[in-house]
Amino acid sequence: MEVIDRNKSPDINQIKKIDILRASATKLKNGIPVYHINAGTQDLVKIELLFPAGMWQQSSPLVGSAANAMLNEGTSKHSSKEIAETMDYYGAFLHTEITHDFAVVGIHSLNKHLSSVLPMVEEIVTDSLFPKSEWDIYLQNKKQSFIVNNNKVSFVSRKKFAELLFGNDHPYGHNVMESDFDKLNRDEAHDFYKQSYTASDTIIVASGNVTDATLKLIEKHFGSMNRSSAIRHVSLKENNGQQATNNGQHYIEKKDAVQSAIRMGKMLFKKSHSDYCAMLVVNTIFGGYFGSRLMANIREDKGYTYGIGSALVSFTNAGYFTISTEVGAEVTNDAVKEIYLELEKLQTEKVSESELALVRNYMLGTFLRSVDGPFALADRFKGIHFAGVGYEYYENFIETVRTITPEKIMELANKYLKKDEMIELVVGKK
Amino acid sequence: MRMILAKPLPLREKIFLKSSANDIIFKKNTKLIENNDLCHLLYYELACVWQVDTNRQLMLQFHKFTLSNGLRVIYHEDRSTPLVCMNILYDVGARDEDSSRTGFAHLFEHLMFGGSTNIPNYDEPLQRVGGENNAFTSNDITNYYLTVPTVNLETAFWLESDRMLSLAFSDKSLEVQRNVVIEEFKQRYLNQPYGDIWLLLRPLVYQVHPYLWDTIGKEISHIAEAKMEDVKAFFKKFYSPNNAIMVLAGNTSLDDVKRLSEKWFGPIPKGSDNKRNLPAEPEQKEFRSLTVERDVPIHAIYQAYRMCSRKDKEFYSVDLLSDILSDGSSSRLYNELVKNKKLFSELSAYADDSFDKGMFVISGKLSKGVKMEEAENGIAIELAKLVNGKVDEKELKKVQNKIESTLEFSEVNVMNKALNLAVSELFGDAEMANHEAEKYTAVTTEQIQQQAKQIFRKENCSTLYYLSKK
Repeated sequence: MEVIDRNKSPDINQIKKIDILRASATKLKNGIPVYHINAGTQDLVKIELLFPAGMWQQSSPLVGSAANAMLNEGTSKHSSKEIAETMDYYGAFLHTEITHDFAVVGIHSLNKHLSSVLPMVEEIVTDSLFPKSEWDIYLQNKKQSFIVNNNKVSFVSRKKFAELLFGNDHPYGHNVMESDFDKLNRDEAHDFYKQSYTASDTIIVASGNVTDATLKLIEKHFGSMNRSSAIRHVSLKENNGQQATNNGQHYIEKKDAVQSAIRMGKMLFKKSHSDYCAMLVVNTIFGGYFGSRLMANIREDKGYTYGIGSALVSFTNAGYFTISTEVGAEVTNDAVKEIYLELEKLQTEKVSESELALVRNYMLGTFLRSVDGPFALADRFKGIHFAGVGYEYYENFIETVRTITPEKIMELANKYLKKDEMIELVVGKK
Repeated sequence: MRMILAKPLPLREKIFLKSSANDIIFKKNTKLIENNDLCHLLYYELACVWQVDTNRQLMLQFHKFTLSNGLRVIYHEDRSTPLVCMNILYDVGARDEDSSRTGFAHLFEHLMFGGSTNIPNYDEPLQRVGGENNAFTSNDITNYYLTVPTVNLETAFWLESDRMLSLAFSDKSLEVQRNVVIEEFKQRYLNQPYGDIWLLLRPLVYQVHPYLWDTIGKEISHIAEAKMEDVKAFFKKFYSPNNAIMVLAGNTSLDDVKRLSEKWFGPIPKGSDNKRNLPAEPEQKEFRSLTVERDVPIHAIYQAYRMCSRKDKEFYSVDLLSDILSDGSSSRLYNELVKNKKLFSELSAYADDSFDKGMFVISGKLSKGVKMEEAENGIAIELAKLVNGKVDEKELKKVQNKIESTLEFSEVNVMNKALNLAVSELFGDAEMANHEAEKYTAVTTEQIQQQAKQIFRKENCSTLYYLSKK
C-alpha cells in the first residue's frame, strides 16, 4: 500500500475549460421565439412559456400571481379537476409561477406523453375562464396562507426591505398587506390574463431531449396564439438607481420573537453593468458562500445564527445588494455590529492571495455545476436573456473570476458598498 | 424523509406568493418539510430518495466492492457530467441516541465540519478545488455528500477519509456548533408559526421507540449540555468504515475509484459491530389526542396513524394510498375538502418512510370559521371511502404513472442517484434500487383497500389539535 501523507492536500488542478451549450433559436409562425437546448441522457423534456406577466407588468398588487395561479382552474372545455387529472395521469408536472419580470407556465413531461399533455397546456394559456367559484377558493386560501406567513420574521423582513429599497408604489417594491387581498378583483385578473398571455413579447424555452418532433408539437400548439391587442407598456418607474428610502435604521418589533431577522443592503446595478461580474467576486468573499467572511464570523466563530449570506440580485429593470440572516434576539445588535466590521474590513484590507485563489476556484466549480444538465443550461439561458445580455456575459464572468486583483476588490467594496448608503432593517426584538 | 441540513442553502431571492418550480416536481416524500424557507433546493437535491428509474434502458448500472475494514463502496458511472458526486452514508440517526441526550446525531453532524485529525478545516480545501458539500441527519441515517470537478476528485477522498479516521475534537468547534444548532432549533421550531408540531406529535404517537423525539432533539437543554466525552464516544461507536456506505457517481473510472478508495480509506481501522436493538413500539389500542393553543392565525389538525416501515412490502401500497389522497391537484383530499366542501385551506397526507414502523400523517389548516369537528368529520368521510370500497383502476394507474415520471426526473441529478444506491445498499442490496418501480406497478386496488382498513382505524390514530388563541 502507498504511504500517504494525510497532512498534505492532493494536487489542486485548475478547471481549465468550461463548456456552455448555447440555446438554438427558431421562431413559430406567430413570431414567438423558441430557444432550445438538446442535452441530457433521458427521454424527457421541459418546456416553459415565459409571458410578460410578472410583477413588473401587473396592473395592481397580486394581480400577476393571481392570474398565473388561476390559469389551470378551468377552461371552456375542462374543469380544474379534469386539467389536473390529465396532467397527473400522464405523469406530467405543470408548474406556474411569476417572477419579478415574467410569468412562467412550464411543463415537465416524458417525451412519450408530450403529445397528450400539450393540448391541455395550450388550453390553459388561451382559454382559461377563471371560474368565480374557483376564484373565491383561491383568494380565501391565499389570504389565509399569507396571514400565516406574516407571522414569520423572515417573511416580513423580505417584504419590508423591498419596500424600503424600491418604494411602495414601485412594481418591485410593493409591500403586500392583507388588505391587498380584499382589493383583488377577478375581472381585473382575467383582463390581465387576456392581455398578457399572448404571443406578444412571449418566449418559449425547451430543454432536455428536444427533437424535431418536439419542435413540431410546440409549433402546433403555440404557433397560432394571437398577438395581444392591448399589451401593457408599463411606464418606466425606475428611479435611476436611486433608492426609495433613506439609508439608516428601520425596526419592526415582534414582541414574542426568539430570533430577529436582519436585512441590510442597498440599490446597486443590473447584470449588464460593467462591474457586475467583479462585484459577484466581492459578494462571494463577503457573504456568498459557506466559507464567506460573514458565515465564518457570525456563524462559525460567534454561533449567533444557523446561517447568514449576502447576494447581488439582478432583475430586468433594477439590481441591488442584500445581506440576510436570522439571529438570536439577544445578539441582534452584536450581529449588526459584526456585519459592519466585516464590511469595513473588506474596504480597508486587501484580500489575501490565498483567500482569493480559493474563491476563484470555488466560483468556477460552482459555475461548472450550474451548467451541468439540460435544465441547468436552460436556466443559464434565461439568466442572460432577461438581463438583456448575451452568452459573452458568461465568458466575461469566467475571465473576471480568473483575473480580478485584491486592489480591485477593495476599490469596488469602497465604491459600491458604502456604509452610509445601507438600509438596515431588523424585524423581531433587539 | 424528514431531514435537517448541516448548512443553510445559499441566499436567493424568492417570490413569496408562489413557490419555486423545483419543489413541485420533486416534492415526493418531502411533503412534511414545513416552515422552512431554506428547503427549496433540498427538494431538488434529495427528491425521491427511495425511488429509482423505471425506464428499462436506463437502469442504474453500478459496481460494488468492500474494503477489508468493511467499508462498502459503490460506483455508478455517468459520463454526461464534468463532476463526481461522493456520498457517504453513516448508519446512525436520531433513533440511536440516548433518551437523555437527544439531538446528538445532528449536533455531531455539525461537528464533522469542525476539522479532522490531520486537516484543520474541512470546507476550505474543498472550496479551494471548486467543490461543494452538505449533509443531513434524519431519525434513521446521517448522510454526507459533495460534488467536485473530476480533476480534483482525490481531494474529496483525502477530506472524507480523514474525518472518518478521526475528528480533531476541538473545544471551540463544540462550543460554536452547540450555539449554531440552538439557533437552528429556534429558527425552525420555535420562531415559526406551527413550528413545534413535531415536538408535540412524536411523543403522542410513540411511547417507547426513539422516534418519540425529533431529529433536532427533545429540548434545547440536551444540546446545550453536550460534552466532549459524549462526542468522542459517539464518534467511536458510529463513525467507522464498517458502519458506512460510500457511493461515487459521475465522470470518473472504476479503476480510479478502486485505487483511491484503497489508498485513502483502506488504512482506516475497522470499528466495533453495532447491533441495533431498539424497543419496538407496542400496537396502539386506543385513540390519543392532545390539544394545544398557540399564537397562530388559524386552527390546524394533525392526525397520525401508525403504519408499516419503509422496508415492509406493504409500504408501496401505503405510499400510493397517500398519493391517492393528496398528491397533486387531482387528489381526493384537495378536491373534496379544500375545493368542494371548503373545510381546509391546506390539507395533505403523507406516508412516512422511516426505517422502523412509521406514521401516516394527515395535516391540514382549517378554513376560516370552520369548526374542528366539521373538519375532522370531513377527513373521516374521505378515509371511510377508501376503507369501504376499492379505488378505481384508473385512479391507481394515475398515481403509478406519476411515480414513474417522478423517478425519471429525479434521475437527472447525479446526487439523487448516489443517495438512491446508498440507501438501497443499506437495506441489503444496492441492486434493489433497480426494482423499486416494479413494486409500485405491482400494487393492486385490493392491496390499497387492505392497507386503508389496516391503517385508518380510530384506535390507531393520534390527533394533535393545534388551536389559534385569537
